[in-house]
Amino acid sequence: MSILVDKSTRLLVQGITGKEGTFHARACRDYGTQVVAGMTPGKGGAIHEGIPVFDTVAEAVAKERANTSLIFVPPAFAADAILEAADAGIRVIVCITEGIPTLDMVKVGRALQGREVRLIGPNCPGIISPGKAKVGIMPGHIHMPGRVGVVSRSGTLTYEAVGQLTGRGIGQSTCVGIGGDPIIGTSFVDALRLFQEDSETEAILMIGEIGGTAEEDAAAFVKAHVTKPVVGFICGQTAPPGRRMGHAGAIISGGTGTATEKMAAMQEAGIVVVKSPAEMGAAMARIVSGVW
Amino acid sequence: MKIHEYQAKLLLSEFGVPVPCGRVATTPSEARAITHDLDGTVVVKAQIHAGGRGKGGGVRLAKTPEEAEQAASQILGMRLKTNQTGPEGQLVKRVLVEEGIGIRQELYLGIVIDRKAGLPIIMASCAGGMEIEEIARKRPEAIVKAHVDPATGVQGYHTRKLGFGLGLKGDLFKAVVGFVTRLWRLFEAKDCSLAEINPLVITGDDRLLALDAKMNFDDNALFRHPEIQALRDLDEEAPLEVEASTFNLNYIKLDGNVGCMVNGAGLAMATMDIIKLAGGEPANFLDVGGGASAEQIENAVRILVSDKNVRVVFINIFGGILRCDRLAEGVIKAVKALDVRFPIVIRMEGTNVEQGQRMLAESGLNFIAARGMKDGAEKAVQAGRGV
Repeated sequence: MSILVDKSTRLLVQGITGKEGTFHARACRDYGTQVVAGMTPGKGGAIHEGIPVFDTVAEAVAKERANTSLIFVPPAFAADAILEAADAGIRVIVCITEGIPTLDMVKVGRALQGREVRLIGPNCPGIISPGKAKVGIMPGHIHMPGRVGVVSRSGTLTYEAVGQLTGRGIGQSTCVGIGGDPIIGTSFVDALRLFQEDSETEAILMIGEIGGTAEEDAAAFVKAHVTKPVVGFICGQTAPPGRRMGHAGAIISGGTGTATEKMAAMQEAGIVVVKSPAEMGAAMARIVSGVW
Repeated sequence: MKIHEYQAKLLLSEFGVPVPCGRVATTPSEARAITHDLDGTVVVKAQIHAGGRGKGGGVRLAKTPEEAEQAASQILGMRLKTNQTGPEGQLVKRVLVEEGIGIRQELYLGIVIDRKAGLPIIMASCAGGMEIEEIARKRPEAIVKAHVDPATGVQGYHTRKLGFGLGLKGDLFKAVVGFVTRLWRLFEAKDCSLAEINPLVITGDDRLLALDAKMNFDDNALFRHPEIQALRDLDEEAPLEVEASTFNLNYIKLDGNVGCMVNGAGLAMATMDIIKLAGGEPANFLDVGGGASAEQIENAVRILVSDKNVRVVFINIFGGILRCDRLAEGVIKAVKALDVRFPIVIRMEGTNVEQGQRMLAESGLNFIAARGMKDGAEKAVQAGRGV
């Protein structure tokens, strides 16, 4: 097993005819993902990179049985793209787009509440189940199939972590980048729950960052519900308060959201917290050598 | 994006939220003229983005136009130091001259995004004038909260909850209903990330007024609000940060001497952390974006080296898709063009790593190759000490 994406994933790429969409649709397919359809309004009927293009998501679902969507549309149209995918019956929506207005995401979040759909992102690298399916912009070759679940708010720092794991021969079940925005579809808690329930995942690496309280919530969840070993790292230990560190969500405000608080909460929950980003792989190696 | 108090108050007026009468002045004689028009005691308030202006001497009372002129001449041109400006202070270029208000009670009212709930939240408290964080810590029960679903907007029950929670009655209760509703409309219409009225005052003659106003806007939504973008005051931002933003680089100046250039915000923060763990101090946060083109690398190097504190640069790029030979090419070109003399430590992962490293080694420039981010941070800190 693995979570959310695997061999049964039938991928639709929204915004496939754009530069990013074209490049990554090809990379996902080259990795082995079943890329069954593309969508760009007004270009329906075309074949792009050998992939049929549709005007609407509903058509892609009806004709190609797409069940997962990867979104590359510009920020101003991203909320629309997510909602269209949800209404067309797509079950897993991965939104890569960076820079979506927060109030747009507030509306999307409300609209998706209580529905059988999982949104990952926005402003994220996507999700990959190594050896099965890649639905995102991460470099596929650094991954290897295995039993560690990785969940992270950042992109390249996740690659760094995965690189450390693979370098030590530790494979991954699924790696999820949940995104760096204040309002996101899938939280740490959601991902941790899925990893806890996944029989193939035996340990979890969680990479958080300053800002908000998502890591504290995750720590509480781990303490109450997660029986698998968890290794954690928080970036931004040296970040000054009041400054937005690139991600819209990474800002220490009013004394909350600091790395110190998050690390303490995680440690208290039994998570093995590493201080240095260079130690993520080594800490996981110590755990799995005992487990496997 | 932040704006000044006087700009926030103009926006509030536009949405029907009551504010004191007043205008902005850039010279003492303008302040005098405004005071003459207001015909009474005025408050002269320095206009900078940072808070804590009163304690720093940036707010003065004046009873006559002459006093206002004098107060303005003292405030205009001063480098106002507050707990939010840093030790060098912020140059005051404008003052807001406002009618003096008889205050019976100070309240707090603010709207922000509650990330956990995924919804905007309106917060009100009788403990006005204090920082909301301080109220939250000392007397959390004193904050009344109402989440707003953007699909339905502010409803009567929201405003009733806030009004009753503040202990208001009669006309003041009715006034707060209108006040909150209008503030919400402004928050939503302009994509605010913060709309804070602190203090919200009850005047001696029982009116509600926004005595101060702090408004921040969602950077991601500025594309649909050119009128808000026009309110940006570049003087309030660090010059290097402004320059970086024009190249789509995310740069924040810090106090150390190890300049860092990294692709991706998370990895950039982690790089700052590991420099600190290696015993050094990062000079900045710099995210060149996930892709990092050769042109961006060149601009990034230029911005890094224009910080006088920088003694060494640590480039940490985890590309994957990015070609390291292309990265090396961009760095070599930039270093040659800018005649950079201090050491540059480079750690890179991606395709064509060996080719990239060979190019750096053969360039004859002061590059130090690193394997892994720990090795890179240690080499950078060491090289920084050597200079």
